[in-house]
Amino acid sequence: MRNNEQAQIPLIETRGLTKTFAATPALSEVDFTLYSGEVHALLGENGAGKSTLIKLLTGVHKRDAGVILLEGKEIEPRSPRHCQELGISAVYQEINLIPTLSVAENIFLGRQPMRRGLVDMKTANRKAYELLKAFDIDIDVTRDLSAYSIAIQQIVAIVRGVDLSAKVLILDEPTSSLDRHEVETLFSVIRSLKERGIGILLITHFLDQVYEISDRITVLRNGIKVGEHLTSELPRIQLISEMLGKALTEELAVQKSGISSNGLDREPFLRVHGFARRGMMQPFDLEVRKGEIVGLAGLLGSGRTEIAHLIFGIKHSEQGEAYVNGQAANLSSPQKAVQYGFGLCPEDRKEDGIIADLSVRANIILALQAKLGWFEHLTPKKQEQLAEEMISALRIVTTDMEKPVKELSGGNQQKVILARWLVSNPEFLILDEPTRGIDVGAHAEIINIVKRLAQEGKAMLVISSELPEIVDYSDRVMVLRDKQVIAELEGDQISEAMIMQTIAER
Amino acid sequence: MQPQPILQLKEKLADLKLGGFSWNNRAVWSVAALIIILIVNRLISPNFFSIDMVNGRLIGSLINILDGASAIILLSIGMTLVIATKGIDLSVGTVMAIASAVAVMLINQYEAGAGEFYYMPGVVILIAVAAGAICGLWNGFLVAYLNIQPIIATLILLISGRGIAQMITQGQSPTFTNETLAFIGRGVILGVPFPIYLCLAMLILVTLLVRRSAIGLLIESVGINARASFYAGINSARIKVMVYTLSGICAALAGLVVAGEVKSADPHKAGEFAELDAILAVVIGGTSLNGGRFNLFLSALGVLIIQSLLTGLYVSKLHPTANLVVKAIVVLAVLLLQSDEFRSFLKRLFRRRA
Amino acid sequence: MKSRAFPLLMTTLVFALLYLFCLTQYSSFASMRVVCNLLRNYAYLGIPAIGVTFVILSGGIDLSPGSVIAFTGVFCALMIERNGMHPLVVFAIILVIGTLFGATMGSIIHYFKIPAFIVTLAGLFLARGGAYVLTTDSISITHQFYVDVSNIVYVFPDGGRFTFAAGAFVIVLLVGIFLAHYTRFGRNVYAMGGNETGALLQGVPIGRTTITIYALSSFLATFAGIILSLSKRSGDSTIAMGAELDIIAGVVIGGTLLTGGVGYVVGTFIGILLPGVIHTYLTLDGSLTPWWIKIIIGVLLFGFIGMQMLLSSQFNPLKLIRIPRRAAA
Repeated sequence: MRNNEQAQIPLIETRGLTKTFAATPALSEVDFTLYSGEVHALLGENGAGKSTLIKLLTGVHKRDAGVILLEGKEIEPRSPRHCQELGISAVYQEINLIPTLSVAENIFLGRQPMRRGLVDMKTANRKAYELLKAFDIDIDVTRDLSAYSIAIQQIVAIVRGVDLSAKVLILDEPTSSLDRHEVETLFSVIRSLKERGIGILLITHFLDQVYEISDRITVLRNGIKVGEHLTSELPRIQLISEMLGKALTEELAVQKSGISSNGLDREPFLRVHGFARRGMMQPFDLEVRKGEIVGLAGLLGSGRTEIAHLIFGIKHSEQGEAYVNGQAANLSSPQKAVQYGFGLCPEDRKEDGIIADLSVRANIILALQAKLGWFEHLTPKKQEQLAEEMISALRIVTTDMEKPVKELSGGNQQKVILARWLVSNPEFLILDEPTRGIDVGAHAEIINIVKRLAQEGKAMLVISSELPEIVDYSDRVMVLRDKQVIAELEGDQISEAMIMQTIAER
Repeated sequence: MQPQPILQLKEKLADLKLGGFSWNNRAVWSVAALIIILIVNRLISPNFFSIDMVNGRLIGSLINILDGASAIILLSIGMTLVIATKGIDLSVGTVMAIASAVAVMLINQYEAGAGEFYYMPGVVILIAVAAGAICGLWNGFLVAYLNIQPIIATLILLISGRGIAQMITQGQSPTFTNETLAFIGRGVILGVPFPIYLCLAMLILVTLLVRRSAIGLLIESVGINARASFYAGINSARIKVMVYTLSGICAALAGLVVAGEVKSADPHKAGEFAELDAILAVVIGGTSLNGGRFNLFLSALGVLIIQSLLTGLYVSKLHPTANLVVKAIVVLAVLLLQSDEFRSFLKRLFRRRA
Repeated sequence: MKSRAFPLLMTTLVFALLYLFCLTQYSSFASMRVVCNLLRNYAYLGIPAIGVTFVILSGGIDLSPGSVIAFTGVFCALMIERNGMHPLVVFAIILVIGTLFGATMGSIIHYFKIPAFIVTLAGLFLARGGAYVLTTDSISITHQFYVDVSNIVYVFPDGGRFTFAAGAFVIVLLVGIFLAHYTRFGRNVYAMGGNETGALLQGVPIGRTTITIYALSSFLATFAGIILSLSKRSGDSTIAMGAELDIIAGVVIGGTLLTGGVGYVVGTFIGILLPGVIHTYLTLDGSLTPWWIKIIIGVLLFGFIGMQMLLSSQFNPLKLIRIPRRAAA
């Protein structure tokens, strides 16, 4: 770290930055500083406000209150384009370049060098080559962008941003789909940008990388800044506890308790061995018994949702095998998984869950009807009866079961999706963040439903970022980090502190 | 809590269902539009509503509208389902040509004295419908299993289908005399033309098929949110193949109606632009091109609206050549009114005025 | 080799093989007569096809060219013959009308977010209907200017007549290639078709570009209408019926991806002429019947689209193997 930091005017400074979406505060009074020549990591779980902060800095959204200073002068970001002109560029995980154009064309899109009124591709190619060469990237710039790896595409986007006179570069999850070697390449680019005095705001969920590349860390949670530290002075365990919002308790449950109360000797309902998919998830084993709740804990992006997707056949596993009740099972599509008695409540309710324009009733009976096939039609009466049962059992608040499901609140939509699987009488339920974005009352209800379902003998796999929740209901907890299962906790080992400790271990 | 009865009445009205679809504003508006057009027609032409019995056949503008609309109504049935899955079928016009070509070529063998069972009129009709089904199956295969965009996938058959129809008739436009086949297009039962019965029968049959089974729900689900449907374990490929096949069958029936009407098969002109009329009707009927909720009867109503409008132009002795222009204006008006951006544009415009 | 050039390469190869085959059957394929006839007869399809190439490259579609061609022809015939205006004045007026027509369609597509398919479908109805409203008669044009223009011709030694229409086709082709590759507009069109959100975020003026694209397409369709009117010396409202399909087929066979972003103007040139070569062959042969052209175009379309699907890896062969199973309830 530089010593003259105090004397320096920050590149970017925000004071009291606040943004509210539909009465929900997304960011409250955040003070943030970024200095020239530093890599500043912005960390936090889902809903922490990271993307809101970026969107305010890049002019995608307008702030409600607070000021943004660029090199000490107040700025008013109007649009991403305006911010680029001011010197703030952002590179996102889903690279917003044109895959079907050449590397050089992407770098110079909209500002191609002209010669006698014509686009001068020769000069563009030469300049693009030189720009990349400066970062030791030696590639054929006339080839399509899509011909290159994600890492190179990311670097092309960075080079474009920097060449647009960037002072500040925002990198949003740049490494999430890169392998180790590619990360190295990207990091060497980031280091040489640092030397040029560019300020880099980095968002990533790989803690190892945070410690490897960043100088400072700001942690956000629920829209509030909870900490700002020099990376070298921040222990991992403290970082994780800040991210998850848990105070560090002194005693860690270290002694192993052996067999859990639930009897691990029973034959598991589902046994998965060596499932994996390149660029998505490292090989993992998983067992779930009837009446057992297995929790998946880990930071955002650690591979929690990926496990759910591989088991439910949304993405099929490239290796390994699965057994249901001891029989080899083919889990290559949701249709197949459903036939084995699986159900999945996805994390993204809007995109992957509800059929927005259909009624509550239709949404509830959908999975059962899909399972029964075209001609085993549930009569309207039967449908109403099932919907009625679920609406009262899960206490879904709706004036009418014929109401389009999109008009319900988030918590009630979540319950509708849960109901959708419950009417199909599943033996195994996967719940991905069942309590996200749900108000306090519904939150407790859903946790009670989870417990009740396990008592009824269903096998459950639950993903949650809420550690108290996981600790509360899980019989076993699988801890994940960097797309890998790193530990399995049982019985007395299951505590918030232990989970955090496990994630923090190197 | 006094105004309860009114609320209850409102709910009762909202509960009135037509083919599993609430009797919502759209239906009311469509019926109103049709009635207004008919009344205007009546004002222009005083005997517009009169229906006479001539030679055991009802004659009158209203009957003409229904009769003239029948082929497109048949097409609109299949098209509605296809569009509800967020697809489109451009090939229905050429499928009409293929089916009519198949039927006429076979029936003329029968008339020429060929005794094989597959030249029997009933069987010929079945074969022609099967030909339509095969065309639809092909489209469905391209869309569902090869993942080709529906516009493109059906464009292939739209272009080559005419060639196939022409090949079947060897480039001719053969006529025929068989009364059984002609009955589909020009038959009369109790004074009413047969195509009207056929339309009604298909409307009811297909409505029963999709609403008394899970198919209708699954179609809407796939059309509204394909991803969530996939997550819910729905096999959308099979649904898609099914709707395109059904669309092919409907197109074949429409082809037989047209062939029966003129007692010939014209592989060059039969069904030309018919796909565009059918799509237009579906859109007027309120099914979004983005897929989702559908109602077959409202699509049929859409056809009647266009047909009445055109008939109105005809009786008003306006330039009969203005048909296409009127259609263009109707399409644009309907689409603009369905566009959120246009509505907010109008709102801004009015606010500025105010 | 650039992967996006692969479809173009395939088209060129198919075209070359086809032409070679024709040559082995009929030596006249080596003559400038056949070449000039091809250019002349397909100019009215090829010129708008170059405009449609831009539309499809940007990820849109234009169904209106056939109708615009017809409207232009009828309009020219009426103004020249009935109103006695000079053809050049009429041409200037109709080109402005045509361009505005396209710009309007582009604006509706962009500002009101209505699918291009439907907007240009309305355009198809409107232009064809407009032609009908003007007149349903076929009007011959006898103006001296038309005679003069038809005399502009370069005659090759073997009797091949390189007419005004053929020349216009070649010039439009060259301008199209230039526009696509050497102007910011052209590059923006490619960028939009490749990734519209990305293009927007990188500062491509989406609205202006969309409107220009459709204006260009209608401008070229109008121009083609003028060319057709000059060579037919008449205006007929039923002319170029269904031309939009031949045009779109030509663009796709020419290797332009219907999803946008990938393709070459020169590919369209080949894609339009390919059916022409088949047609010429069938005419010379006499035993094969004309409906084969349509069937062959369909097969070619399927072949090229299938190839594109394989290349773009959107196509998942596993989906074919996974045979749907009846749900066991």
